[in-house]
Amino acid sequence: MKEIILLKEGELALKGLNRVNFEDKLIKNIKFRFRDLGKFTFTRSQSALAIEAESEDVDFEEAVERLKKVFGIVAFSRAAIAEKDIESIKATAKEYLHEQIVAAKTFKVEAKRSDKKFSMTSPEISREVGAHILRNYPHIKVDVHNPDLKITVEIRERAYVRGNQIKGIGGMPVGSAGKAAVLMSGGIDSPVAAYMMAKRGVQLTAIHFAAPPYTSMKAEMKVRDLVKKVSEYAGRIYFAVVPFTEIQEKIKDECPEDLFTLIMRRLMMEIATRIAEKDECHALITGESLGQVASQTLLALGVTDEATPLPVFRPCIGMDKQEIISIARQIDTFETSILPYEDCCTVFTPRHPRTRPTLEQVREAQALVDWEELMEKAIAETRYEPIN
Amino acid sequence: MIAYLDNSATTKVCREAVSKMCDCMENNWGNPSSLHIMGINACNILEEARETLAKALGCQKKEIFFTSGGTEANNLAIKGAVSKNRRKGRKIIASSIEHPSVMNVMDMLERDGFEVVRLICDENARVRLEDLEREIDENTILVSLMAVNNEVGSIQPFDKVKSIINKKGSPALLHVDAVQAFGKIPLKPSAMSIDLMTVSSHKIHGPKGAGALYIKDGVRINPVTLGGEQEKQIRPGTEAMPAIAGFGEAIKQLPNINGQLKKMTTLRNDFLLKLEAVEGVCINSTEDALPYIVNISVPGLRSEPMLNLLSDMGVCVSSGSACAKGHKSYVLEALGLDNGRIDSALRISMSRYTTEEELDLFIKGIQTAQKVLRRR
Repeated sequence: MKEIILLKEGELALKGLNRVNFEDKLIKNIKFRFRDLGKFTFTRSQSALAIEAESEDVDFEEAVERLKKVFGIVAFSRAAIAEKDIESIKATAKEYLHEQIVAAKTFKVEAKRSDKKFSMTSPEISREVGAHILRNYPHIKVDVHNPDLKITVEIRERAYVRGNQIKGIGGMPVGSAGKAAVLMSGGIDSPVAAYMMAKRGVQLTAIHFAAPPYTSMKAEMKVRDLVKKVSEYAGRIYFAVVPFTEIQEKIKDECPEDLFTLIMRRLMMEIATRIAEKDECHALITGESLGQVASQTLLALGVTDEATPLPVFRPCIGMDKQEIISIARQIDTFETSILPYEDCCTVFTPRHPRTRPTLEQVREAQALVDWEELMEKAIAETRYEPIN
Repeated sequence: MIAYLDNSATTKVCREAVSKMCDCMENNWGNPSSLHIMGINACNILEEARETLAKALGCQKKEIFFTSGGTEANNLAIKGAVSKNRRKGRKIIASSIEHPSVMNVMDMLERDGFEVVRLICDENARVRLEDLEREIDENTILVSLMAVNNEVGSIQPFDKVKSIINKKGSPALLHVDAVQAFGKIPLKPSAMSIDLMTVSSHKIHGPKGAGALYIKDGVRINPVTLGGEQEKQIRPGTEAMPAIAGFGEAIKQLPNINGQLKKMTTLRNDFLLKLEAVEGVCINSTEDALPYIVNISVPGLRSEPMLNLLSDMGVCVSSGSACAKGHKSYVLEALGLDNGRIDSALRISMSRYTTEEELDLFIKGIQTAQKVLRRR
């Protein structure tokens, strides 16, 4: 039996004349996700996008699983293609939806006939198919208002039979909102922040600051694993690892202890900005959540933001740890995030970090060192790698 | 050059074990339970390994039960003994510095309603016999004590426990986790009145995936896993043949224990002398500990960056603590060391292949690392 996938795009359909661009992005993203699964054809019609495998040996189940992680899809359904005659439609409905029918207590059939040359009307098709199901499955009853299973029969250039819709993940196609760079430490919050921005169509570059030997190879491998997890949703991500040891040591040697973290965050922002601009990113993303730690107070965030001309997006800002964790679990980054390796933020933690810094104080302390050369060196030695 | 000084974590598989295993996989890959010639050949290799281990422990072949390793053998010994004897009493005694594969089973048994006593150790990381004597009673069904501690190398008085059990008229069985001791100190379970004893292959230059539980003739325990007839149903499941064959071969290659112990003591003592000359280093292991393991601290320098730097220089050791970020070593904590010592602990563990050059590389490494990390 030949199967196809029909996508429902939701929000995309509201994009007026730009809709085609959004759809192009979506198709491109799906093609990228399906690249190792075989050849597919994509057909657009007025309200839906149909995906069809070109050969029999395609792993259709895997394709369906991957679609659940593609942003820009509100819902989709799997449909079987039937001959354009009522007997074939009835037989297909029974065979194709057998498991769903067995699992349901109530059902209804809805027919949509856009090919008016088809000899029966929509209500007639519904009645015929419904009667066929009732005859073959004595356990099931009709409920037109709130059925467990809604069988849809569509008569277009071909006849399609489908069961219940599968929920998509929503959001906007990755890339449709441009590019931004996310600062990834290896903790719980930054992968969640990255995921949330990707959901709104942002294509990501991930920047990680490594401080060997204070941080180990394993810490970097852990961040790479996190980026890979996020890329299951966000598509290809450019992963940049910035060597940060010298800068951190310099901070420790030259700057007042209570401002270590803030100066470090500001320098990270500056470096991230330069990398972002090289990579045509138009914003920075961090996993900060208001008040979570000393560097995430309102005043501290203000001081951090002043170090970059780019807008800084913090999708976790208003979330409690538990809320962040529940998203981290949903996208399966939590278990990796809690692996206990030192990260660059915990290496030189001040005993009593300043929670109410003024910009003046921090600028003054930061100006004790000429960072330019160190920053340029770190950027020059940054390693890049595409992850998908 | 790599200075591999993490032999308590695992050891290099010796050449003889490798070729034995290759033969096992290429030619004699049968199932030891099969009745045909392939099965008989495999069975012969299995029984040869059993005999080798029995000889090494001075016990009977029928007292050896192969497992997948030390963790499984510890689980089997403790759960199996407790389940068999649960009607005789509710009390179980262990030290507070056992391996996690004992500790976590104890925690589980405690949740199941058993009374678990975890004996505090003295400053030499050994349980006190008077504590044992006080705690062991008619209600005690199991005493589990490690022979050698994996982090600091202290040798427990495990050979004196059974006489206390007998003196107190207790029905308790004695289990000894000898994973770190096997092949390194004399272990004769029957002479030492041990009822159950755990050994592992990959700590003695055998492959990972094999270990064994010695069960004294006449001692009954329940199986933890149920299945076929293998290992007299105490540990069912098709025997992991290449690994067990390699284990047997590794045992054959063990040098004379006392002679090797002397060599290691000399090597260790020279190493300690050099270490003492390095500024900022404290030694956590005591002199009477197993010479294969030396635990040190470099207060002020946390273990993880130290490990990373040493690793860059080709020196492989492990931190005394399980991991960074608050997972403190409960062994060092139990010894009453302060946080500065615990956070900066390093374990150097040697094998019979360890050379003076490797130890010198460690000394050089630690001096360089100190310079880098303290940035003087």
